[in-house]
Amino acid sequence: MERSVHDRGGRPDDAPIDRSEHELADWELLTDALVGALGARGLMNVDEMRRGIESMPPDQYERASYYERWLFAIETNMTEKGVLAPDELDARVGG
Amino acid sequence: MSEHEHDHDHPHEPIGNGDEPPAAARARALEQLLIEKGAISHEDVRKRIDWLVSRSPADGARLVARAWVDPDFKRRLLADARSAALELGLDPGPSPVVVAVENTDDVHHMVVCTLCSCYPRALLGPPPAWYKSTSYRSRAVSDPRRVLDEFGVELGDDVELRVLDSTADIRYLVMPRRPAGTEGMSEDELAALITRDSMIGVAQPAAPAPIG
Repeated sequence: MERSVHDRGGRPDDAPIDRSEHELADWELLTDALVGALGARGLMNVDEMRRGIESMPPDQYERASYYERWLFAIETNMTEKGVLAPDELDARVGG
Repeated sequence: MSEHEHDHDHPHEPIGNGDEPPAAARARALEQLLIEKGAISHEDVRKRIDWLVSRSPADGARLVARAWVDPDFKRRLLADARSAALELGLDPGPSPVVVAVENTDDVHHMVVCTLCSCYPRALLGPPPAWYKSTSYRSRAVSDPRRVLDEFGVELGDDVELRVLDSTADIRYLVMPRRPAGTEGMSEDELAALITRDSMIGVAQPAAPAPIG
C-alpha cells in the first residue's frame, strides 16, 4: 500500500536537518490563532484539522509551508461545514 | 476592509511588504471572512494570540527542575504529567495525555511526530521549525543516532535509544538527566539549565557555569 504524503516516519531522506531557528511570522501566528479560535468554538477539532491537512494533494503538500497546510485545512473544513462558500476565500483574496 | 480597520493589537507586517508570501494575505482574508460570518470574533483571535506568545519552554523547565529536587514530585510527573503540571499551576494544554519520560544513564528518549507536528506546546511553546521538517520526521525514525549526532548528542553504544512518536492525543516531554556538578543548585538555577531541546531529547541540559 502506498503511504500517504504526510506519513514521513522512516521515509528515505538524506537531507540534513536545517536547525536554524525561525520566529513565527505574523500571518503564521494568526493562522495558528484561527485554528485555536475555531477549536474553542467547537467548529474544528484536532482530528478534523489533521484530516484536512492529510487530504491535501501530495504535490501541493510537498510544496506548502507548514502554516500553508494549516490554512488549507481551515478552508477545507469551513467549506465542508458551509461556513465558507466554495471559492469564497479565493474571491476575497483576489478582490 | 483595509488592514487599518483591523482592530487587534498584535503587530502586522508593513502593508505591501514584498517579502510576505501570498499565504499572509490569505490568512488575513480568512480571518476577515470567519469574523464576518460570526464563526469567531476578533476577541477570540486576540486571546489566542496572547496565549500563543505567552508559551515558552520555561514552564516545562519548571516541571523538570522540581522533579530533579523532589523525588515524590518526580514520581507524580512520570505517572501523569498533566496532573503534575496542574499541581504547579501550569497549563498542560488541551491534549488529553501528556507523558513525561525520564532519561537515565541507560536509556535516552527523543520525541518526534512523524505524521505532523504534535508537541506539548502549552509547556514548551511552539515547536521549532526543524521539528516540523520532513527530514527530521523521517530520519528521527530511520537513523535516530545520526540525528542525535547532528544535534551534538553523543550516546554510548550501551545506551538504549527510544524514539517516541507523538500523536494528537499523546504529547511527550523528556525529563533530561540532571548534570553532574549541580548538587548545590536551587530549583530556579536548575530550571535555567533545562533547554527546550533537552526536553525534546535532542540535547543534554546546559552544563552549569564553572564557579569562580
